[in-house]
Amino acid sequence: MELLDKLNILADAAKYDAACTSSGLDRSGRPGTIGSTTLAGCCHSFSADGRCISLLKVLQTNFCVYDCQYCVNRRSNDVPRAAFTPEELCELTMGFYRRNYIEGLFLSSAVIRDPDYTTELMIKTLRILREERRFGGYIHAKAIPGADPRLTRRLGLLADRLSVNIELPSSASLALLAPDKKKEAILTPMGQISEGIAASRQELAVYRHAPRFAPAGQSTQMIVGATPESDRHILTLTQALYDRYQLKRVFYSAYMPVSPLVPVPEDYQPPLLREHRLYQADWLLRYYHFRAEEILDESQPDLDPRMDPKCCWALRHLEFFPVEVNRADYEALLRVPGLGVRSARRILRARRVGPLSFEGLKRLGVVLKRAQYFLTCSGRMMTGLRVSEDGLLRHLVSLEAPALAGPAPEQLSLFDSAV
Amino acid sequence: MSWTQISCQYDGSYSGFLSCVFDCYVNREEPVEFHTPGDMCCSLYPLRAVATDEEHAMRVYRSFARFGGEGARLAVRTFLTCLPDRELWLWRFLRLAYDQGPKIGRNLTDPTVDRVRKAVWHLEHEAHMYKGFTRFSEFDGVLAGEIEPKNRVLPLLRPHFCSRYPQESFVLHDRTHHEALFHRPGLHGWTILPVEDFSLGQAGAEELDYRKLWRAFYDTIAIEGRYNPKCRMTHMPKRYWAMMTEFQKDWETALPEVRER
Repeated sequence: MELLDKLNILADAAKYDAACTSSGLDRSGRPGTIGSTTLAGCCHSFSADGRCISLLKVLQTNFCVYDCQYCVNRRSNDVPRAAFTPEELCELTMGFYRRNYIEGLFLSSAVIRDPDYTTELMIKTLRILREERRFGGYIHAKAIPGADPRLTRRLGLLADRLSVNIELPSSASLALLAPDKKKEAILTPMGQISEGIAASRQELAVYRHAPRFAPAGQSTQMIVGATPESDRHILTLTQALYDRYQLKRVFYSAYMPVSPLVPVPEDYQPPLLREHRLYQADWLLRYYHFRAEEILDESQPDLDPRMDPKCCWALRHLEFFPVEVNRADYEALLRVPGLGVRSARRILRARRVGPLSFEGLKRLGVVLKRAQYFLTCSGRMMTGLRVSEDGLLRHLVSLEAPALAGPAPEQLSLFDSAV
Repeated sequence: MSWTQISCQYDGSYSGFLSCVFDCYVNREEPVEFHTPGDMCCSLYPLRAVATDEEHAMRVYRSFARFGGEGARLAVRTFLTCLPDRELWLWRFLRLAYDQGPKIGRNLTDPTVDRVRKAVWHLEHEAHMYKGFTRFSEFDGVLAGEIEPKNRVLPLLRPHFCSRYPQESFVLHDRTHHEALFHRPGLHGWTILPVEDFSLGQAGAEELDYRKLWRAFYDTIAIEGRYNPKCRMTHMPKRYWAMMTEFQKDWETALPEVRER
């Protein structure tokens, strides 16, 4: 089989993995090697669906022994199958990397024969890449649930980031759609990896040259919309993962129908807006000092599709506002809709020079169309602003409405274009 | 007494500009316009031609230390931006900075600082984009790439690419400003030089294969059900596309042809 055909098959099989980030690790290049990584990551292109292409995202192979209903590579699915040899994949990665097409490799795999054999194959690829080709770029590897812990450790020593996909947000859904996978089988390697990372950190503090185990941390992914879990359930689970396993990221992926066994209506659209709102809430957990219980509670189990979660929280807690720009602390500023991490930091910096006005806030890059309702500058609201609680909701919803608009309006025709 | 207003002529280099700053402070003159010898200009202000003096330039450059980290960064990088009248804005910024010291880095609401800071942000953002969007082609073991930036991003890209490819010889050509970054393996094996004419011949068979593979990967990785061209253009504006391999359907030359304007 030609390399081109293999690439087509194995990239096609890997594309439903949401994670394609190259962040979390700063490593400069050294003489004799090739490659470096940057802390913020680097996007090398954007595909037609608007997602970042940062890594060469492929499977080692798509021959699979499992039969998970949400997955394109399930055993019962009739698709062309292929496998990269470790040498081929290294050649391809190096060729792409030298031309600056990619930031590194994202290596996942379907389970061929058994988890141990699959992991060994991946280790072989990564070993050639790191040791023979002296590759210093980013490598994201998928840990295969059920593999021997020693193999997973070996994988983590070669890769920068490891991930185990949690796949579905509850064990009931898992039993329904992925009968071969158990919740414990997924959480065990996750726990092992998080312990490995913590141990490696400690060793590094003592010995500078101690081996680095997954220095860019671990992440996971779950599918949204295939099963009936509420957003509250998903966010609580996410928070537990961040707290308990110190994950760097949790990715959500709107369910794309890939199997006839999971019935979907005729006009099914992937829940992209829901995915977007979940990501917004996820950001609130990671950067804005929010807790999942604050964002959603029992009376409101799902995120409001009309507005971002921070606006929703602000409307439910009007007693917290207005926030005085010139006095409020960092945490309070972060709670204001329209203020992000950057603008909040800029405000802290700029107000040391002198009091801030609304004019000044505009210069700093604060999105006043949202923030104006929740801020005072030196005790004064923005001039000419009059709000009632009800009008505020309507106004905030209308701000986002254009972006959420349905199909574009069509130009009316004088003549009936009957076919 | 206010300073005499003059029109400043310098050679267009950063050292030249810093020499202007030095001379203006020594002679108590306020430049209201800057130009280089090649400019077609006539001005009502008295013309002062400033000869570049490396020693004076160095003194001015060292004085930037008193602006603090952020202020010094702005003072150096503004000169690389595409801000209209960047010399004039930089001059105003320096006047302010000598006045305020390290406070200048925090004075974000001042109109001059704001203008300069946004221009530098644009420069740094563009440089960041080009870290990803630059494409190299292999040409007899040498990597060659071209970019068409609005700002002079090469000095900012230099540490990134030199650290990334320490064992490679490569050339990165800036079409807008007619300069190129050259690198060869070894310590300090790099230089940025003005380039008059830049062209390469046919690409080899291996290079064409890799382009084909990359285009195939690019087309495959998109999920049809999530097609979202607007999102793609937000993250990757179309002005970058011209130089990117994935959008070239059939070019066999080492680099895309220069478009006629």
